[in-house]
Amino acid sequence: MSEAAHHPSLQHHFVDLEQQREAASLGMWVFIAQEVLFFGGLFASYAVYRHQYPAAFSAGSHHLSWRIGFANTLVLIGSSLTMAMAVHSAAVGKSRRAVGFLLATILLGSVFLGVKYFEYGEKIRPCFGDGPYSGCLVPGERFDASAVHLSGDEGRHSQIFFSLYFGMTGLHALHMIVGIPIILTVATLAWRGAYGPRYHTPVEMVGLYWHFVDIIWIFLFPLLYLIGAH
Amino acid sequence: MSGHVVSWKIYLAVFAALAALTGVTVLVTGYDFGPLNLIVALGVAVTKASLVVLYFMHARYSPRLTGVVIASGLAFFVILVFLILTDYLSRPWPLTAAG
Repeated sequence: MSEAAHHPSLQHHFVDLEQQREAASLGMWVFIAQEVLFFGGLFASYAVYRHQYPAAFSAGSHHLSWRIGFANTLVLIGSSLTMAMAVHSAAVGKSRRAVGFLLATILLGSVFLGVKYFEYGEKIRPCFGDGPYSGCLVPGERFDASAVHLSGDEGRHSQIFFSLYFGMTGLHALHMIVGIPIILTVATLAWRGAYGPRYHTPVEMVGLYWHFVDIIWIFLFPLLYLIGAH
Repeated sequence: MSGHVVSWKIYLAVFAALAALTGVTVLVTGYDFGPLNLIVALGVAVTKASLVVLYFMHARYSPRLTGVVIASGLAFFVILVFLILTDYLSRPWPLTAAG
């Protein structure tokens, strides 16, 4: 057995750190493949209904601010960059720098969620109270189709767009809300010196998760915010 | 694999490419390509996602088994969407009987 067997992070059922790392990585990728199908159901529903109700989807999409979506996309891509830099820093043994990049990732992720909170609020707030609920975009009895300049059947169909908007962006945001405390945990361990060039698998794994969440948004942005010519 | 460390400059280049492609996907909505609009938007998104998978997620430097998992995940996603669409696109819509 090599000296790697004595590494404190090596669990006894693995031959060496390399095997342990590859097992963790494979497990993470299988989880991500499962996540692709988890989101896949929503993307498939989107495809069916966008094909069926193109006018309602276009009108709903035009109501979303592409400027806000664009800015938020840059914020999230930026958080993927800081995450990649955190993994890189950990791999070259700069633990303190890795902590800095992990915290920057959390900060950018929080900015993204803050913007999302503002976007949701705009659509949800008018639905409360005694009416007239003008501007309410939560699907249901109080939904205000005139806010997306539609009426009748097309107005009702646009509720499907907003169901998918809240469902898809909500599930995406939930993944970020789950990810942030995990990043914080890894950052704390990195601060305590748990990781080095030979063992930093948890940093890599949380990185894979975060990049996957970024990829989902890469598809959500054009599909939800950019339908039709602007 | 832990021995393979990618230069941070590659990450900066990938970030720049992702930001530029985000700009492209917004700019092309100023033009109407008809039915190709969706293809263009998805083409840009697939390119961006590939950059993230290959470089940020290190798929390019990972064992072949990782590639097999990625390919199977995508294959099952295609099966899911394809079979759902063959069903829905061949139905007599709108379903007037259901109101």
